[in-house]
Amino acid sequence: MHLEQQLRSRLERKDILLMTHIVLGYPSLAVNREVIRQMVENGVDCIEMQIPFSEPMADGPVILKANQDALANGTRVEDCFQFAAEMAEEYEIPFLFMTYYNIIFKYGEEDFFKRAAEIGIRGFIIPDLPPEMGKSFLALADQYQIAPILIFAPTSTDERMQELADYGRGFIYCVARRGVTGKKSEFGIDFIDYLKRCRAATTLPLAVGFGIQSKEDIEALKGKADMAVIGSRTIKLVEAEGAEAVGPFIAGLR
Amino acid sequence: MNQDKNGFFGKWGGAYIPEVLYQTFQELKEEYARCRRDPAFWEEYLSLMSTYSCRPTPLTHAENLSRHFGGAQIYIKREDLNHTGAHKANNVMGQGLLVKRMGKKRVIAETGAGQHGMATATMAAKFGLKCTIYMGEEDVLRQRPNVFWMEKMGATVVPVKDGSRTLKDAINEAFRDWVTNVDETHYVFGTACGPSPFPEMVSWFQSIIGIEAADQIMKYHGRMPKKVYACVGGGSNAMGIFKRFLDEKEVELVGVEAGGHGADSGLHAIRLSSPDASPGVAQGYKTMFLQDDDGQMKQTHSVAAGLDYVGVSPILTALCESDQVRFESATDDEVMQALDLTMKQEGIIPALESSHAFAGAFKEVGTLSPDDAIIINQSGRGDKDIFTIAHAFGDPSWKKFIIDRGIEYSK
Repeated sequence: MHLEQQLRSRLERKDILLMTHIVLGYPSLAVNREVIRQMVENGVDCIEMQIPFSEPMADGPVILKANQDALANGTRVEDCFQFAAEMAEEYEIPFLFMTYYNIIFKYGEEDFFKRAAEIGIRGFIIPDLPPEMGKSFLALADQYQIAPILIFAPTSTDERMQELADYGRGFIYCVARRGVTGKKSEFGIDFIDYLKRCRAATTLPLAVGFGIQSKEDIEALKGKADMAVIGSRTIKLVEAEGAEAVGPFIAGLR
Repeated sequence: MNQDKNGFFGKWGGAYIPEVLYQTFQELKEEYARCRRDPAFWEEYLSLMSTYSCRPTPLTHAENLSRHFGGAQIYIKREDLNHTGAHKANNVMGQGLLVKRMGKKRVIAETGAGQHGMATATMAAKFGLKCTIYMGEEDVLRQRPNVFWMEKMGATVVPVKDGSRTLKDAINEAFRDWVTNVDETHYVFGTACGPSPFPEMVSWFQSIIGIEAADQIMKYHGRMPKKVYACVGGGSNAMGIFKRFLDEKEVELVGVEAGGHGADSGLHAIRLSSPDASPGVAQGYKTMFLQDDDGQMKQTHSVAAGLDYVGVSPILTALCESDQVRFESATDDEVMQALDLTMKQEGIIPALESSHAFAGAFKEVGTLSPDDAIIINQSGRGDKDIFTIAHAFGDPSWKKFIIDRGIEYSK
């Protein structure tokens, strides 16, 4: 089943979906395994697994540090594939890869798609690959039936959103605000207008990320978006309270 | 060499940017295109550079060095005499005029050696803009005097503690600032790298170096030089002097990269003249990067902070591929010797970065005829590197001075 269908069938039962984010190898794959178990058992609908990169330009301090530490721990792209294969095998929710384009480019675009498709990865989020730069990437995504998740930003014009939506599959990732990951977002009038523009530009489900931290944030998104993305918040939680704190946190979000 | 509509030079370059910056890049590209079309813009630029800075900078005939090697006549293009002491001001003042046209109120920049940060802080002071400079923590330590001056000119200097704490990390952090404050802020990219249109735009502002040098060498020497040498970090001074000579088929262009402890040591910043680099995409553009098999960037090393960088201008990568520019490297030791010789023979102090171009030229100049000429681009002055240079020479009287001053301050 394609990513969009998977999400839509889940949306029949829930008024908003939850996507979470982990950085592979941070603090270790063993902890990642436990965190994912707790996330899935507590009703997460989709998980983006970030393959660490040495130059994570779009990430804020929390995820940046997680990337660096994961690499310092010796996390290799091969480890990420093996771990992802294990997760996709074990759980039925869709798993995505989030990473920067160089990881795919260096691996070899087609080899990377082939391998990801084989292990059951449903989509890729690549923040530094706008569609203008991703002609071969988008063709391969189509060929291997892996959804290229495109990103809307508050700075995107209506025209640009339409253009992005044409290339996007699965869902659209709406960045809640200017800036990098991990800082609190304000959900004021401007934000509601922005989400209306997003909705008008595409029929794909809308995920909203960057700074979503609490039950209140998620409540505020109901009816306006289809999926809330929790990123840096759970990484900080694991750092402060350990993997076992993730389950209760996720359960408390809905 | 001009970019195609997607910002590529051959297969190199492009604009691999997060969506939040898309619109601002559209505006930047449009404003840049308007400036390129408008002859009044270049006139304004020349006027600014000849009144606020010292353009045209001289081309000095290094008679003693020429005699010493007994080969071609050595001419030195004196970017060290540009305001703020390096070629960096050419690009920064050009982008400053662009910022004024765009109506933005704040500029940010990355800096390695500190020269680009200095130039940006200077421009911001002159044009009344707010200014934040990102500088790797390691570079803050090795280039303390530049930090002092940037702060004195009103800039905020932010030490970057992530990654290798050098130039590439400062670039990442500047991008993070830009995506956060995109509406009011322009990122004054310091070299001919990064996403399109920066490689071409920075090269355009820097092309003033080669335009002047070509006129000057015709005046002094009567014909084109045999070879032109420039050091290559990101590649802006090299693109600056090379651009004018690209169509002069008899002129050989030589880029000299940072050999660090040697090409086999793993401690260097040789992207184009060693097999250690491979094609990659980072910091918004595609070029040859020093990276591992997974695509993670490696640590680089050079005695010169300004050359200590994992990537290189996509234009230079394209020119390397088409054999229009030859690339060599010089080790830290060779660079210190070239610097020593140049000071003693000519009374000129090249920056450690520029000294790579001198070292590269010195290896070859003796084989040319005294009737020929070469040009070395002295991209900056070395006296600002006094702490690094004195340390590299292990100068005992300097050490004593620092120790005594330390004791005085700790009282």
